[in-house]
Formats: sequence, structure tokens, C-alpha cells
Amino acid sequence: MSSKKTTVPFAGTKEQEEALMKVIAENKDQKGALMPIMQQAQDIYGYLPIEVQTMIADGMGISLEKVYGVATFYSQFALNPKGKYQISVCLGTACYVKGSGDVYSKLEEVLNIKGGECTADGKFSLDACRCVGACGLAPVMMINDEVYGRLLPDQIPDILAKY
Amino acid sequence: METINITINGIAVEAPKGSTILQAAKLASIDIPTLCYLKEINEIGACRICMVEADEGRGARLVASCVYPITEGMKVYTNTPKVLNYRKKTLELILSDHDKKCLSCVRSGKCELQKLCKDYGIEDTEAFKGAMNEYELDCSAAHMVRDNNKCINCRRCVAVCEKTQGIGVIGANNRGFATEIASAFGLGLGETACVACGQCIAVCPVGAIYEKTDVDKVLEAIADDTKHVVVQTAPAVRAALGEAFDLPMGTPVEGKMVAALRRIGFEKVFDTNFAADVTIMEEATELLDRVTNGGVLPMITSCSPGWIKYCEHYYPEQIGHLSSCKSPQQMFGALLKTYYAEKMGWDPKDIVSVSVMPCTAKKFEIGREDQNAAGVPDLDYTMTTRELARLIDKCGINFNSLPEETFDDPMGEGTGAAVIFGATGGVMEAALRTAVWKLTGETNDSPIEFTEVRGVEGIKEATYTAGGVTVKVAVASGLKNAKVIMDKIKAGEADYTFVEIMGCPGGCVNGGGQPQVPASVRNFTDIRAERAKALYALDSANAVRKSHENESVKKLYAEYLGAPNSHKAHEILHTTYVKRKVHEI
Repeated sequence: MSSKKTTVPFAGTKEQEEALMKVIAENKDQKGALMPIMQQAQDIYGYLPIEVQTMIADGMGISLEKVYGVATFYSQFALNPKGKYQISVCLGTACYVKGSGDVYSKLEEVLNIKGGECTADGKFSLDACRCVGACGLAPVMMINDEVYGRLLPDQIPDILAKY
Repeated sequence: METINITINGIAVEAPKGSTILQAAKLASIDIPTLCYLKEINEIGACRICMVEADEGRGARLVASCVYPITEGMKVYTNTPKVLNYRKKTLELILSDHDKKCLSCVRSGKCELQKLCKDYGIEDTEAFKGAMNEYELDCSAAHMVRDNNKCINCRRCVAVCEKTQGIGVIGANNRGFATEIASAFGLGLGETACVACGQCIAVCPVGAIYEKTDVDKVLEAIADDTKHVVVQTAPAVRAALGEAFDLPMGTPVEGKMVAALRRIGFEKVFDTNFAADVTIMEEATELLDRVTNGGVLPMITSCSPGWIKYCEHYYPEQIGHLSSCKSPQQMFGALLKTYYAEKMGWDPKDIVSVSVMPCTAKKFEIGREDQNAAGVPDLDYTMTTRELARLIDKCGINFNSLPEETFDDPMGEGTGAAVIFGATGGVMEAALRTAVWKLTGETNDSPIEFTEVRGVEGIKEATYTAGGVTVKVAVASGLKNAKVIMDKIKAGEADYTFVEIMGCPGGCVNGGGQPQVPASVRNFTDIRAERAKALYALDSANAVRKSHENESVKKLYAEYLGAPNSHKAHEILHTTYVKRKVHEI
């Protein structure tokens, strides 16, 4: 079994924990409280690692699996933090036929993470996206607000080295 | 009772108001297939195999019969070409993401999916060939393997874990085609607070979850002339093993089971009931000692390893309530390698101690710390009732035509009190038989039957007075029920003296290692009650019904242990518990 725990060490603060506990205390007796609590937890922490999901489970008196099942059902919940540099590779039709899948794989290989994850140092996170409106430059990726077009997989190491 | 009249395939049927189409059809002798539906546990109408056509005056349309209630005048059709083709297509779609390796599947021949494929005449298993999920096996738990390549996402295991046992360490993760039944964050089951009860295996319709097996190692040991391979069988095994050989549920098969074990080649065939009687001697003495000397009360039984693991994970601060007695299986193993080894002049290292249990948590228990009275593990291997049934087949033994044989002496002697250990309330009743006898001045005519603690209800309570002592008892089976009792104890609101808790609902007769009962039977039969009948019949038929009257047990104390709870008895028959966590972070 491959663990899906994030590789980035958890760095939650006492203040964040107190804020979450307050949210749980205010909501837990309402029907259907789990999702709003999870949404607010994500607002507090930015993502929902095992530490946060465990606090929610224990706070609500439900199993961790119950929380995790919901967290993985909805794509809006993130299990990993976003990196300082957020990489989005367009896997829309035009970019895909121009080889963005290979670019994406190369990024996974070079960064040693899977899509949706963040490097252990918190520097880069990798996600797929759909069309950034620059199809003429396909294949395209963005690092934060910077757009890179007409990419070849071999260019990836040099581009990452700039950050 | 208010009833509703409908027709099913043109035949008039009267059924109680509130019935589903599935239940009404059963009354009309029509079996509608189900896969996800488990009565009162998993009523989600998800798998769509139970579709029928129902006409409520607006024309016939397809509905899920497992959850669709009947209405007055409804016309139901269960076998039209439309219905049958729909079900067939559903099966083909299930097969499109199923590994279809029936030849090497432990469930082959008893698989609910396989049977449906046969019934519906699936000709092309690749009708919807396309992308397939590929999963690694989860072998992280001591007792079982999960192979999601065979899983059909019916969620029966999820429902039983969460609703019946109140644990919920497995669930549906991800979404759509990627949906997978597993634990949070990709943790292996062995890394979670799973208690190893095996109820998930008992309800799985296919071969996606199954116990780990050491049967081949047992056969190798039997073939090794330098080893003494000795087997013990738990009370509940004899109440269910017959089902694997098509005997009616509740048929006691003690004699044939003993005969089969001898033919497999075990040197001695003994009975865990012997150790159950010893358990009563130790536990009743411990209880009276706690009552007299102000020990931790209520005292809670410690026979069920699933319950013990549950208590350690979820109520670590309450482990002082647990009786220090090892489970009967472990007491047996401990006595086998000490007392019996000495008697026979055997080196404990040459003994291979094997058990047949209705339980998967026993596979976890044999590896626990402090279960090695002779310096070697009390138990070497344990197999479930299902594994024994498969082994009997493998060895070519025609079970149903075997003669009735009896257990070997002396560790094959068990009383009626011991055999009811396999049903919820049984340990309590057995303990009461001996405790009341002790409290009332050791007369021979102390009461035998304590019917208040019998029956399949999840929680039972009773109060008894004997010899000036009043004892309030509670009996719980199924861990969700155990939780109710434990929350009371934790809050200091429980005034019980003695509590029996069994991990599985109904006790060991419904253990996670018992033969799997297909949903077509399970949804309409109380397995717990049917199997328990076999045990109470064996109790009534036994001339000796109180543990303290077991002659071999008396001899054990006279020759070897001295008295119950003696120093030696403590060293061999008692154990300790550990505080565990629910989450490892």
C-alpha cells in the first residue's frame, strides 16, 4: 500500500488549531456539519493533511476514514499544500495533442512528486489544469503567473533551475 | 398487522405494510438477486442487480426492489426480458473492472457474483472491455488480505465496520471509476485501529477480503515425524462447520469434525471447551476476589480477542476492567505446552499447537506479547472454520459420511457450560453457574439455566442474588453495543459487577471466521439464533453442565495448578494488556 500522506512536514500553529477547534465546537451538533467544517479547516490551513483530518475526526467523534472519504470525493479539497511556486500544466486538448502529457511526466520525474503533490521542501507543487487561453503556444505551463509555451520535456530542468 | 396487496408476476401476494418489493417477493417464493443489500446494515440501492419492473398505475418502470416499498395494487414483474437483460448488463459492467481470476480465488464455488454470472448466462466476460483499475494487495494486517482487484464496491464491509461494529476504519475513497474501498491516507489496515474481528470478510459477497492462512505450514508439520501436532476446536466451530458441507444451519457436527481432524492427521484432537471450563474456574475466582477485596469493577470478560483489541485502542484507560484471564484458546495452548507436555514427556519445542476458531482476531491474538507460558508461543497456528472446511475438501475427506468420533482425553473433556461460550451470554451463564455454586455453599443443586442472559439482543442486563451477594451483570455483543456499555463505565455510571463482551454480534457463532452466508440467506435468517441453538442443544445434552464439575479440570488443578488463581495458574493462564491509540500520529 502506498501511503498518500503528504511529504511536506506539517507546520500547523497553535492559533490555527484553536481556530479549528472553535469551528468544530460551533458546528459539530448540526446535521451535515462535516463539509462546512472541512471547508473552514481548509481556509485555516490551506489544505487538509492527516493531522488536520484527525483533529476533525476526533473533534466530531467520527472515524478518520469518514473525513478522508469526503476529502477525496470532492476535488476542491486538497490533501497537499501548495508550493511557493505553483506549477500548472495544461492538459487541455490543444496542449495535450502537442505533448503536454510528456511535459507533465517530466515534471513529476524531476520533482519526484505526483500531480497534486508538493515537494518536501515546500518549493514546488504540481497540478494539471484545463486551458490557460494560450493554445497558440501549446504545450503550455504556468509557474505562478509566468507562462511558458512551446515546451519540450528536455527544457524542464533548466526552467526549474531559475526558481 | 396492516397489509398491502400486490401482484408479483401475476400472482396475488399479501405482505405487511412497509415491506420492500424484495421482502414481498420472498413471501411469494421468489428470490430477487442482491449484491449490495444487507438487511438493516447496507440499504443503499447502489448495485442495481435487484431491479424489477413495478407498475403503480403509470406503467411499468425499473426500480431497485431492495429499497422500493410496496404500494396497494402494485404490479411487479421480476423476470421479464427487460429485467433479465438489465441485470445481465449490470453483471457485465461489474466484470469490466473485476479481475475474473476465479480459478485461483478462495471464494470460487461460493462467490455470490460467480453464481449470478452463471444464473444469468454471462457468455462474454469482456463485453465492456476497457480500462481497469489495478490495486496492490493490502497484506498489512495480521489476519487478512484485501484484494481490491476483486472488489465490486458494494460497501457491505464498510457498512458492517461502521454500523455494526462502530469502528469505520475502511470506507470508499476517491470518486467515480477511481473509487476504492480502503483506509484513510492509503494506510494499510494493519496501521489502523482495525480490531481484526473479520466481520467484513463474513459479509463480502466475493473474494476481495479473505483471511491469511497457515494451513500449508500445518500440513508440513503433520508430515514431520519429529513434531507433535495437536489441534483444539472452539465451541462455535461445531455449530457452523456443517454449513460448508450443505447441512442445514444450526446442525451440530462435533463428532464428524473430530473424525475429520483425525483423518487430516492431527496427533491429538482436543477441545477448547476444556480450557473454557478452566477459564470459568479462573474468572469466577478472580471476580469473587475483586468483589471481596475491592478490585476494579465491573470486571469484563477477556475471551474475545477482537473485543480486547477494541478496548485497548478505544478505551485504553479502562483496560483495568478486563479480566486478566487469557482467552480459552490461549489457556489451552499454554496448558498444552506445560501441563500436557510434562505429562507426555514432550519437549514444548516439539509441539505444534493449532486451533480451529470461528474467529479471525485469533490470528492477531497468537502473536501477542505475554502468551508464551512454556517459553514458546502458546499457539503456533490458528485457522478459521472456513479454512478447516477448505482443508477437509483438500484432503479428500467426505465430511457428511464420516462416523461420529469423540475428542481425545484428557483435554477433550468439556462441560455444557463450556460449549455455550460460543453464543452471546454463554460465558456469563457459565460463570454464573460456578459463581452461584461457590456463593451458596457448594451444593450440587445450584441453578443451571440463567435464561435472562440468553438470546441475540445486543445488550442484556440481569441481577442475581446468591449467598447474600447481589451481582448485577450485563452482556453485550457487537462492538457498537460494547461502546454503549463502555461509555457508561467510563462515565462512572455503570453499577455492574460483571460484564461479558463479545466482539461479534451474537458472539462467536457469528464470528468473522465462520462460513460465509450468502445475502440470499442472510437477509432472511437470523444466523446468530440458528447457530446458537446448536450450542444450547449440546449443553442440554451434556450430563455435566458446570465447569467446576469437569473431572479433567479437577484433575488439572489437583495434579498441577493447585487452586484457581494460584501463583502457577497466574503464570500460565493470565496475561496483561497494552494501551493502544486510535491514530498513530
